[in-house]
Amino acid sequence: MLDFITPFLVNSAVQAITPILLAALAGTLCGRVGVFNMALEGQMLVGAFAAVVGSYATGSALGGIVAAMLATVAFSLILAYGVTVFRGDAVVICVGMNLLASGLTAYLLRQMFGVSGTFSDPAIVGLEKIRIAAINGWPVIGWIFSRQTALTWVAWILVAVVTVVMFRTPLGLRLRGVGEDPEAAETMGVDVTRYRIVTVLVAGAIVGLAGAQLSLGTVSIFSEDMSAGRGWIAVVAVMLGRNHPLYAALACVLFGFADAFSVRLQGQGLPNQVTDVVPYVVTLVALVLTHTKRRRRQDPTITASP
Amino acid sequence: MSDIARPARRLPRIPPVPLAILVGVVLGGLLVLVSGGNPVEAYAAIVTGALAFDNLPNTLNWAVPLVGMTLVAATPLRGGMINLGGDGQMVIGGLVAALVPLYLPGPGPLLIIVAILAAMLASGLYATIAAWGETRHGIPMLISSLLLSYPAIGICSYIVGFPLRDTTTGLAQTPMIPEAARLPVLSGPLNAGLLVMMVVAILVVLYDRFTVGGYELRMRGLNARFAGYGGVPLARQMTGVMFASGAIAGLVGALIVLGSQFRFQDGALLSPGYTWSGLMAALLAGGEPLGAILAGAFFAALQTGGFAMQRETSIPRVLTMVLQSIIILFLAIRHGVGRRRETR
Repeated sequence: MLDFITPFLVNSAVQAITPILLAALAGTLCGRVGVFNMALEGQMLVGAFAAVVGSYATGSALGGIVAAMLATVAFSLILAYGVTVFRGDAVVICVGMNLLASGLTAYLLRQMFGVSGTFSDPAIVGLEKIRIAAINGWPVIGWIFSRQTALTWVAWILVAVVTVVMFRTPLGLRLRGVGEDPEAAETMGVDVTRYRIVTVLVAGAIVGLAGAQLSLGTVSIFSEDMSAGRGWIAVVAVMLGRNHPLYAALACVLFGFADAFSVRLQGQGLPNQVTDVVPYVVTLVALVLTHTKRRRRQDPTITASP
Repeated sequence: MSDIARPARRLPRIPPVPLAILVGVVLGGLLVLVSGGNPVEAYAAIVTGALAFDNLPNTLNWAVPLVGMTLVAATPLRGGMINLGGDGQMVIGGLVAALVPLYLPGPGPLLIIVAILAAMLASGLYATIAAWGETRHGIPMLISSLLLSYPAIGICSYIVGFPLRDTTTGLAQTPMIPEAARLPVLSGPLNAGLLVMMVVAILVVLYDRFTVGGYELRMRGLNARFAGYGGVPLARQMTGVMFASGAIAGLVGALIVLGSQFRFQDGALLSPGYTWSGLMAALLAGGEPLGAILAGAFFAALQTGGFAMQRETSIPRVLTMVLQSIIILFLAIRHGVGRRRETR
């Protein structure tokens, strides 16, 4: 049953989880301050594009990462100010942002590099895989921890950091207060608007890392709409995890293994149209299972916010 | 609720939608300018490409699926619900509509009607799964409708890629449907699909304005809990609305297959991105059907013009997508489009 767990698959699953995990982490941050971030898909795409541009221009992967973070933070200004200062509807803004990201990256790809579809160039420097000699040969541990990019490490460290900050520090208490009861937080002297703006922007920087991992992690290319639904999976992970970073990370791992399993099924001769569906079906099943247990008492009327 | 009247402090009184379009045009023009193009030329190419007399049929032809997908999004949105699964529902409809004339015997016109009805039924039923998930299990339809899209697309792609593939070509597509079962041509690129879509659009507007169901749906959009206390059966209403929405998506798929492509080709229904453009048009009008239809037609003109612009000025036509998203973002941020919906 578990014989699909091979060194290569575990290694690639951990790699594949990274961008989704980073995006989901950003989603939980936004969710905690009461901003339903559905724009992860678009933010990730902007990050992926900027990472390639930065890496191409500076000749270093670090330049790509910095460019990705800057670009995604700038892009996130729309959400940060749109839902706070301008009191716009988060769902509409996020749908608009996703389309803007898709259109803008495709437009710039053509105008800056003169190609459509996919841009690859030897000048794009990818992220280095960190090889840890001591554990490289160990089963499981070595497969998971060795030969991963720095961003994979950053992602898992961030899970711990965000969890601790959110639940063990005064800052985290205020963050959660802003999401749970903005009026009460305001009364306690917390500047709700500022907290929301800053959190959304910090989350934007984290999604920028997700984009960089996507375009510079395993491959060093950018192709149109290369986020390919990963941002939406992250949104689902946030929902499954109920805005808790650890549970969201768990959902990401589940998804990553479903993904690895589907690759394995493909190796057994099943067509990829069928196996590509596996992660989404697993996600749907997970949604059904988690929601059946704690069925809502209220009427099924609220559509958006979890 | 804090969104009662806001003080009017804007100086020039330009109505929101033209202002948003103006902002989109200016920002898009800047983008063209920065990337070394001539914005005036680009916009002139868009306008003539979309609205010159010879090009109008193309615009109308593009508007049929786009306005259709606008209705798909607008119908649930009227009641404050969002259906993000239009892609999957449209693909199911397209495939069913291609298979009926291919594998059922019968006279052409009858086959057309059966194909369209079967497509609408299949897509409508598929869409109700998401509604059922929310009413029975509390899974937000916003996300389940989107997630359900992926399996639908994958399975349809598998069906035309393997068991029912046209083996005479190298592509993943069904064989051509018989000529008798194709939609009659009106003139040039226009086919009877235009008339069907016009009828559906009128029906949706009439339902919204003059029926009890339409009133109840609008009431739900204003305040779902109040509508529930007022005796609207919320669960049944959600299921019904999603069935209608999915059925229209199935109709769009069927009209494309029976009217212009004459076969189901893997990916061909999705690449133009009708679903998301339609959703944006519906959001722009806040789900009000007539406004949404106009917005959908506007986006169709913009996109058709985009093809002409790309041909004549070598500025990529994705620029029109940027314009659309700037317009919707501006309206959402500056004028609170969609703010009426309960979000907290």
